[in-house]
Parts: sequence; C-alpha cells; structure tokens
Amino acid sequence: MSMPDTESDFLRRVRPSDWKNPTPRNPYDLIIVGGGPAGLTAAELAARDGRRVALIERDRLGGNSLNSGSIPSKAIIQAARVLAFLRDEEDFGAAAFERPRIDFAAVMARMRRIRSRVAEYHSIDRLCAQGIDVFLCDARFDGPNTLSAGDSQLSFKKAIVATGARPERSDLPGLEQVGYLTSDTIFELTELPKRLGVIGGGPLGCELAQAFCRLGSQVTIVQNDPKFLPHEDRDAAELLSLSLSRDGVITRLNTAVVGAHSERGAKCLDTTSADVKLSIEVDEILLSIGRVPNVENMGLSAAGIEFDTARGIDVDEFLQTTNVDVYAAGDVCQSDQFTNVAESSARLAVHNAFGGRTERQGHWTIPWCTYCDPEIAHVGMHVREARQQSIPVKSFIVMLQDVDRAITDGLQDGFVKIHVREGTDQILGATIVATRAGELINEMSVIMSAGIGMRRLAGILHTYPAQSDAIRLAALAYLNDQPPA
Amino acid sequence: MQALDELPDEALLDRLQRGAFSYLTEYANPANGLVCDTSRAASPCSIAVVGFALSSYPVAVERGWLSRADAASLTRKTLQFFWDSPQGEAPDATGFKGFYYHFLDMHTGQRVWQCELSLIDTALLIAGILTAGCYFDGAGPEADIRRLSDALYERVDWRWAQNGLDRVAQGWKPECGFLHYGWEGYNEATIVYVLGAGSPRHPLPCASFPAWTLPYQWENMLGHDVLYSGPLFTHLFSHAWIDYRGIRDAFMREKKSDYFANTQSAIAIHREYGARNPREYAGYGRDLWGITAGDGPGNKEMRQDSRDRRFFGYMSRGVPYGPDDGTIAPWAMLATLPFEPAAAMRGTRGLLRNYPQVCVKDRFSSGFNPTLGADKGGWLSDGWYGLDQGLLVMMIENYRTGLIWQITRECPFIRAGLIGAGFSGGWL
Repeated sequence: MSMPDTESDFLRRVRPSDWKNPTPRNPYDLIIVGGGPAGLTAAELAARDGRRVALIERDRLGGNSLNSGSIPSKAIIQAARVLAFLRDEEDFGAAAFERPRIDFAAVMARMRRIRSRVAEYHSIDRLCAQGIDVFLCDARFDGPNTLSAGDSQLSFKKAIVATGARPERSDLPGLEQVGYLTSDTIFELTELPKRLGVIGGGPLGCELAQAFCRLGSQVTIVQNDPKFLPHEDRDAAELLSLSLSRDGVITRLNTAVVGAHSERGAKCLDTTSADVKLSIEVDEILLSIGRVPNVENMGLSAAGIEFDTARGIDVDEFLQTTNVDVYAAGDVCQSDQFTNVAESSARLAVHNAFGGRTERQGHWTIPWCTYCDPEIAHVGMHVREARQQSIPVKSFIVMLQDVDRAITDGLQDGFVKIHVREGTDQILGATIVATRAGELINEMSVIMSAGIGMRRLAGILHTYPAQSDAIRLAALAYLNDQPPA
Repeated sequence: MQALDELPDEALLDRLQRGAFSYLTEYANPANGLVCDTSRAASPCSIAVVGFALSSYPVAVERGWLSRADAASLTRKTLQFFWDSPQGEAPDATGFKGFYYHFLDMHTGQRVWQCELSLIDTALLIAGILTAGCYFDGAGPEADIRRLSDALYERVDWRWAQNGLDRVAQGWKPECGFLHYGWEGYNEATIVYVLGAGSPRHPLPCASFPAWTLPYQWENMLGHDVLYSGPLFTHLFSHAWIDYRGIRDAFMREKKSDYFANTQSAIAIHREYGARNPREYAGYGRDLWGITAGDGPGNKEMRQDSRDRRFFGYMSRGVPYGPDDGTIAPWAMLATLPFEPAAAMRGTRGLLRNYPQVCVKDRFSSGFNPTLGADKGGWLSDGWYGLDQGLLVMMIENYRTGLIWQITRECPFIRAGLIGAGFSGGWL
C-alpha cells in the first residue's frame, strides 16, 4: 500500500526512512538527547552561536508537541469547533439547513496536512543546513562525557537531556487486555469511534472529550475528582463542566475507573462513585491520566546524572544535573510540562552551559491554556497559592456577558479574573475563560512581565469593541474600588 | 381571604411566616418529630428540615401558634428519638458516630435511599437541637430537652469526620467509607466548623477552620466586593442561626468585613445580575432575583428567539458564573429579609403581584421558571420543600425580633465554637 503524499512528506521532515547517521565529529561542543521542542530549540541556538552540535532523536523530530500533542489536537479541536458553530448557526439568523455530515477521514487528513506543514519549520534538512549533526537512533550515556548513538561513539564538552515525557500507563485490571488509546495513538485513528470513554479529566482528556463529541462520538469522561482540571480556578472548571454537558459529553465526576473488560465485542469500563458501581460500554478508550518523564534506558547513572522515574531528572536552578557538564530541559525535568516552558528552559540550559551558570529558572511568567470551548487560560498565581503564602489577595472579575464584543459575537461564556495583591495594584495572576482565552492570556503575560500594575493597565487603550477590553474593564473595576483621593 | 400583595408589611409577614411554619407541623410525624423533606407523596424525612423545625417551635410559641407545653413535648419527643435511634455501621441505622443520615424513613427513622451520613445536614439538625436546648429553660420536659440537647451534641465525633485530614469530609457511607471530597471554601457549611470547634468532647483542632477558609476567594464582581459563593442559600443557612453582625474571623478581619455584610454584598450582586439579565430570561430584574439551590424544570430544551434554551432539574444554581436556566427560588428574596429588608419586601411583593401562583396556602414553592411555558404562566415546582419553609420561619423571625439570634448568642457551645474558629469582636 502506498503512503499518502502528506504522510511521506511528514516523515521526510521528521524521520526519513533512508536516513543515514553522519560520521561523528568528536568531540562535540554540545550533544542534545531528544529532538522535541526543547531539543530543537537548544540545537538551533547553539548552532547559531557557532557550536559543534549533535542532536539525537530515537523516534520522530518534533516531540510530543508536533506528533501527538499540541499540533494534532488543535487541528482536530478546530474542526470540531467549526462543526459546533454550524450547529448554532441559526442563532445568528441563518435559515435552517441540513446539518453537514462528518467526514472523519477528512478531519484526520487535514490534521496530517497541518502537522506536515508545521514540521517543515524544524525539518531534518533545515537542521542539517544549520550544521547540526542529526542522529536518528537510541542514545545511551556510557561515561560522564561520552555516549553511544546507535553504532557511533560520541563525546561532548556539554550535553543537554531533553527526552520529554510520555503518557502515563495504568495498571488498572483488564485495561491492557481490552486495549486503549493514549495521546500517542489517538491521532492515528482512521474511523471515528461510535462511543469513546475518556479516563481522566485533565487538560488533554477534556479537550479531546469535547472535540470527539462534537465530531459525533458518544463520549463519556470519567474523573476521580469533584471537578475537571483540578489545578485550575474552581469557577473555570465549573464552566467547563457545564460546557461539556451542553455539548453532550456524559460527565462522571467523583468517579473512579477500577477495571476494564470486554463484553459482546465492546470495551467496558468498570467504575465506582462512592458506593455506586457502573459499567460504561464503549468502542474505544482514551487513557489520559498524566505524563511521566522519559529517563529510562539512557545510561543516566553511568554519566552520574541523578533522576527519579516520577519526578524526572534532578536539576538545580540553573538546570544543571548532578553531572556538571550535563544540563536538562523540557518535560524531562520540569513540573510545568508545556511547550513554551520546554523552549524557554532549553534556551536557559544552553546559556548556562556555555555562559557560566548565570541565569536561574523560577522567575518565568508562564501562561498556559486548556483548549476546550471555551478555553481556560491562566498565568501567574492562583488565589489558593497566594493565600498559602499569606499574601492578601483580591480578584477583579469581568464577566464576558458584560463585554460588548462578546455580546455582539454571541460568545458570552467566560470571564476575566485578575488577582491583585491587596493594598497594591500588583498583579499576581489571572485566569481567563473565553473562546480565545489562549490569545487573551498573552496580554496578561506581557503586562505581568513588564511589571505593569492595575492603575496603568486601566489607562491602556484597547480597540473597541474587543473581547480583550474585558482586561481593561477589570483594571477599571480596580480603580473604581479605590477610595477617593 | 385578602390577597397577599394587598396586605400591609406586618400582616403580610405574619401570613407568610405562619404559612411556612404550618408546613413543619402538617408534614411532621408527631410520634417522633421527623419532618418530610418535601410535601410530595412518600417523601422521607430530611434531618436538616428537622433542625429548622426545632428552631421554629420557639418562634411558634412566642407568636402564639403553639403552646409552650406542646412545643416542649414535640421537641422532647424529637430529641429522644434521635438519642434512642440506632447508631452504628449497619446500613439501615439512623446514624453513626453521633452524625445522622441525610434522609430517614418518616416512621422507623431508618436510613433510606442508601443516602450518606451527612456532615452539613447533621450540623443543621444539631443547630436546631442546641437552639431548643437554650430556649426551653424550664423544668420537667424542658429539663429533659436540655439534657438531651447537650448529650446529642457531645456525642458527635467531629474529629472522626476529618478522616485524618484538616478539613472534614462531606459524608460517609457504610458501603464505601468517607466520600472523598470535603467541605472546603465558602458555602453553607460554616456552621459545620463552628459547631465542630465548640464540641466539648470531640472538638475539631485549630487547623480545621483555616483548612476550610484556605480556598476562600475575595472577589470584586458586578461592582461589589464579596467572599464568593454562587448560590444564594449558601449566604443564608449558617446565618439563620448565627448572628454574624460585628463578629469576625481572621479572614473577615483582613477584609474589614463580616459574614453579615458579605451576605448583603451577595444580595446586591444577585440584584445587579437580575437587572443585567445577561441571558435574557423572562421576569428577571433588580426586583426579581433569587438564584439558588432548588427544584427546576428537569432536562428540557426549547427554542426561543432564535436560540436554544436548556433547563435543569433540582440543582444548585448560582450567580454570576451560573448555572442559570431562568429558574428562581420564589422564597429566596424573602429569606434575605434580615439583611436587606427593603429589597426583600419589594421583590417579594412584586413576585406575589405578577406571579401569584408561586405562593399556595401562603407557602412559596421551591422553583419557578417564567421563561419555560411562559404562555401558561411559567413552570412551577410541585408542592413545597421543607428547607425553604424552615428557613423562612427563622429569617422572618430574625428580622422581626431577632429571636433565633438572641437564643444562639447565649448558647455556650456556639460561643465556644465561634471563638475556637477564631471569631472575635462584636457581641462575642
């Protein structure tokens, strides 16, 4: 069977079938193990600085983000959004029309085209053109400054481990036997599952539950907590819950999956909620209970690099491992497993490897987003964190239903919530729930990084009408709350 | 009989308060003092409704609706039932560790519906028991009431309910043990921690109240500062017993507010939300509000003005984050009487004038949705819910005479609980 052009183009960019590893040019200034967002960033940065660089990737370049994370999931989510929008089109005055039939193969083909296109920006050809030696094989440290890459023996002055993380497996009885999908495999589906069971109500579980429901699957999501997204703002999580239900997702909160079995050709999830036992029959299962760092089978101990299979590689504030010549970056050592953090940590690791340990991590303003509809985005502190640190905090809320542009667009579900250190106008953090919260939160990120307080923010002109005006309105609420001078 | 909305304020309140109280006797089992959760056929007892009823009997005595002897007799019988009823891990017991199951068989007192041993509902029951113990200060059966009241309170093992954590669990079941979520963050459960802190035998430790307040969210929304909780009833339930005016815990000292003022803020937000009416539901306005927990139309959908409307059944509705399906609780505005009397009366009068069907036999129904089936007067919940009626009796009385608050201010356990939770100032 011949492979579709899109897929062969994609593989040509991320793992050509006829690839031959280069002849080593030992010693390398920098060897990077792992070709995901952190590894690619580090390799390109070091090469631009004139370093002799080798990049080793055991699978496909691009890591989780490109292959089975951000890019494919957002492509599918957008397709699902468009279909949901068509569902509501009559609300905007369109005459009633027959609902479009879902062509799942076309949705997945579009996803693959997008993935292939994005892959071009860091393709293997481009890396080579920058002078980077790319090895597509397993890597294994065999000494403090040496490692094997397939059949080649490499030596380095400095190294960065950026092997990322993978979906956490589960030892639930029967689950392995019935078979399940993870983020690594769900994007390879060729048919839309009629019934999909999602285990885990974290970001990925919620995103894909909603998207597959909108595409036409009957989706049940099971979460062993009182709310989805347990680390997010309570009100945001409750809005998400309502949104999932409105789309038709069957939500099972406070429910644990205790096992799985096959019955009449279907997969059954055995669940308990307090004393209520329920078997949920589905055609496919998506396991989405978190990610674990890739630290095994790399000879880390031989290089004197300490690690923990759950926590990842031990690094100090400069991202240096217990081997002074080896740094780590990205999901393999970071608790915040986001692409933006991976890339930032890679830049920091390169800088510290060659610049003498001068930049510390820990002071980043990290925005993140869960791409449900509405999206849930956050930056900085949550109220609970502030209160745990005895910081007096007050939040200024603007509901999107009170924002002119959200009203005109019919996109009123959501809010902007800015947390302020009480008695000052210092912004501690913000949560935004909106259709494009992932875009809006970046304004808050810039504001916080620039040290802009609520007083200045209130005076910054925004386009009118705009959903981002909700941010200014929150600052205005702060001003109105101040005692008269 | 004169239409309600034509009555002067005092006469109107008298009718509505007495109407609400009559539920608590009409739907009670006089043999054991248990009171029905709702007026619907085969309704079990809700222990929380019993707590409201026990607190309402003194009101009825003072207002001449019940003789003191009858009230004392009924109260003693109720307390004796709870003292004698089986406590243990058996699935059909009445309670365990001094706590009680949420719903009980009206005749046998046995657990029904495989419900949970409920922390909040036990607290509301115990609050009623302590109110009775303080009010009935005479001899004979009244002395029995005091003895039983103390014993029932002292038996509650609040520390067990922590299940090894700082906060208390929401409940427990013999089939599965503790429910794995606890009471944290602001809502109706402040009274759980106050009563737990005041216990002479099983007091909650000092770390418990801070665990409850840690997730508090002090928010400025719709022009008002508030310790946020969406459903209106959460700003009323603990307050029915505790006079929060001028007393402050650590959080309220930091915010220079108190829980009474906070309820006033919540009311202002609910009214502002009603005026803005972002989802354009029928009837909403600054004088028609009251989004809270209560009965609802059920899983129904309708198409209206080129948009889909979706409705829910019994659930906790809130402002401004929702959920909001256009359903209000007709009793809710009146229940805010001690906090914002003018707004409560104006709203209630408007409701009675425009939608008189929400008040039958001088009792407000649990839920009303003027959007759904607007051509037929809207959707209305069948019958009445005991919680609504009990809360109304107490809140109207707190507005009229402050009786409940006066009683509980003298309750040594509640005082000790408030102090233990870190409250100070004002009448403390």
